[in-house]
Amino acid sequence: MIVKKEMIAMLLAGGQGSRLGILTSKVAKPAVSFGGKYRIIDFPLSNCINSGVDTVGVLTQYMPLRLNSHIGIGIPWDLDKNVGGVSILSPYEKSHDTEWYTGTANAIYQNMEYMESYNPDYVLILSGDHIYKMDYESMLDYHKEKGADVTIAVMPVPMEEASRFGIMITDEDRKIVDFEEKPEHPRSNLASMGIYIFSWTALKEALLANKSQPNLDFGKHIIPYCRDNGRPLYAWEFNGYWKDVGTLTSYWEANMELIDIVPEFNLYEEFWKIYTKSQTVTPQYFGSNSAVERTIIGEGSEIYGQVYNSVIGCDVIIGEGTIVRDSIIMNGTVIGDNCRLEKVIAAENVTIADGVVLGEGDYIENDTRPDIYRDGIVTIGEGTVIPDSVTIGRNTLISGHTVEADYPDGRLAGGRTLVKE
Amino acid sequence: MRAIGIILAGGNSNRMKELSKKRAVCAMPVAGSYRSIDFALSNMEFSRVSKVAILTQYNSRSLNEHLASSKWWDFGRKQGGMFLFTPSFADANSQWYRGTADAIAQNISFLRHSHEPYVIIASGDCVYKLDYGKVLDYHMDKGADITVVVKTMPQDFRVERYGVVRMDVDGRIREFVEKPVVADGNTISCGIYVIRRRLLIELLEKSMEENRYDLVQDILIRYRGLKKIYGYELNSYWSNIASVEDYFRTNMDFLKPDIRSFFFREFPEVHSKVADLPPVKYNVGCHIRNSLLSSGCIINGTVEDSVLFHQVYVGNNCVIRNSLILNDVYIGDNSIIENCIIESGDTIQANSTYRGEDGVKIVIEKGERYTI
Repeated sequence: MIVKKEMIAMLLAGGQGSRLGILTSKVAKPAVSFGGKYRIIDFPLSNCINSGVDTVGVLTQYMPLRLNSHIGIGIPWDLDKNVGGVSILSPYEKSHDTEWYTGTANAIYQNMEYMESYNPDYVLILSGDHIYKMDYESMLDYHKEKGADVTIAVMPVPMEEASRFGIMITDEDRKIVDFEEKPEHPRSNLASMGIYIFSWTALKEALLANKSQPNLDFGKHIIPYCRDNGRPLYAWEFNGYWKDVGTLTSYWEANMELIDIVPEFNLYEEFWKIYTKSQTVTPQYFGSNSAVERTIIGEGSEIYGQVYNSVIGCDVIIGEGTIVRDSIIMNGTVIGDNCRLEKVIAAENVTIADGVVLGEGDYIENDTRPDIYRDGIVTIGEGTVIPDSVTIGRNTLISGHTVEADYPDGRLAGGRTLVKE
Repeated sequence: MRAIGIILAGGNSNRMKELSKKRAVCAMPVAGSYRSIDFALSNMEFSRVSKVAILTQYNSRSLNEHLASSKWWDFGRKQGGMFLFTPSFADANSQWYRGTADAIAQNISFLRHSHEPYVIIASGDCVYKLDYGKVLDYHMDKGADITVVVKTMPQDFRVERYGVVRMDVDGRIREFVEKPVVADGNTISCGIYVIRRRLLIELLEKSMEENRYDLVQDILIRYRGLKKIYGYELNSYWSNIASVEDYFRTNMDFLKPDIRSFFFREFPEVHSKVADLPPVKYNVGCHIRNSLLSSGCIINGTVEDSVLFHQVYVGNNCVIRNSLILNDVYIGDNSIIENCIIESGDTIQANSTYRGEDGVKIVIEKGERYTI
């Protein structure tokens, strides 16, 4: 068989994303729901097919079940191809040196054979944890035009925030002359987005030369190696919407931005569609006493109560008399009657019984992970059950099948963590 | 499954008035996110009928587009699959489909080349859920030549546009009157038949020799004394959409909790082509009551007792009551729509009013549309 793909994509989807707390306890971060009906990985996958990249290797490692069933053979993204299409690449046993993916570049190195089989000229490296629309084809055009061996997508960030990112220092031709990881005194405000185009020969050579490096990483090892060996590196500036949803707070904010009148990140544009595997196609229903404003809602949901400033997934039921505000409710969650929810992130298939109050009272720091469960958000893990008429404070975490006995006096105070296996 | 399927999807109906200008009845959007034919197709899928022919003729562009891929109903198999038969001119034939029997007869090679012993024939303009396997079991159990799925309608139901049957205690159909002027009974044929493949070929060949083209008149009614024709009683929801009133009522039926739950929540689910549209967006100032809304809609106004299909934009201060808004409609600010069916692709200018005074009004309005 004669196979030739000009550019293939390698999508790194193996990480846990531990700063999303309970949301990634059972699924890999790229499989976390976003924007009502989507999952985070839908964005890079849709970008691929919209950019004409029809061969995508998805590298999985952490909790891959949901990701595998979501991607399937790639039908929703038109990535079910005879040649190419989407392939799930998990770590595998070898005749010697069997190991997990120990770093971003190590994962790519372990799939050399996959890449080689498509005889590519260029390889696009992506990560599965950002929300953005990007035309990788224009990035490739730039890569060719500059005669680069490596092109790194960068984004201007405010100077005062630059020390949180990997910063690229370029000359006037956008050629990268230096870079620094999270510098204290940044010399530029061009932050690397973790999106790279490599000329295949340069990538292959760099991977082989560094293959025995432990935890082989693009930022730490491959990019410096390429620079030190005189490979031309260029920065490609991206000025669209790009959101890291790495923490619960940024995840919540990014969701909330979708409900603006004309959101900065617009899902309603015709020309750059975001595709996802729909779990249902049924319409949504509103009861006679419902109210809704500033909200987006996915297919098959039934709303009998009131919903304001929220992002609601598919097949969600919100009972009569219930008021939901400033919340993210994911697919399949059922909320009973007369509940009150404020600033809640409820993961998939949560059951909340009647008369439950979530997100009430004073702001008290979380007792286990104040760095994750903060900003007054109530976080509820996948498949959690919350019994009748309990009251739960802010900065709390609830997970597992909880019963009335878990709530002394029917309460869970602010900042508390209640996790049942 | 021991049967192949045939879905009759050719029909136009003047009872659909202006709505049929654009598409065949079977391609009519139903219940927000479906097309009429999805129900028969999904029934075929869940009854494990793996080989299905769809016979279409009238204005089939919309239908072809919907059926462009068979993967949504899982018919993209090596064994069996979905076949779309439109009339084609060949050496031996240069006719449109002159009737339902003729439509099947013109594709008789589909029957001849199949090996399954039975054929299930269904029409694509009905909304229902049915395991055809149960009808087939009944058919074999009774030793029937032909089994017709029938339904006893409420006393006040107008049966004049249906086939009315009378059965004996054993379920054998003794009388079959098509579109009776004065109906004797209220048990009607649902347009779903089970018949042995060889018998169907034989009856079709005979009918063609006699220049008879209609499945009901020239086969069911003509042979009802000679062949054992049984009725299989359907007890769950069934509705034919082929008139404006019935189309409107069927859609509104989905606002009832029991019917919604039957189709949307109970196994098996009805499949349709996936639309790839974003969630529905509700902006400030919207009021929604007792309504169904489908993906891709953006709502700024009031919607009550209505069904909104895909990608409907409702402007500020609009009031939509008791109406069906079909796919991809833009409704400008301050408009009032009551008792209407708004045809798909319409653009309603700001400040317009449309009211169905006596009965449902069909609105076809192709204005210029300026969107961002």
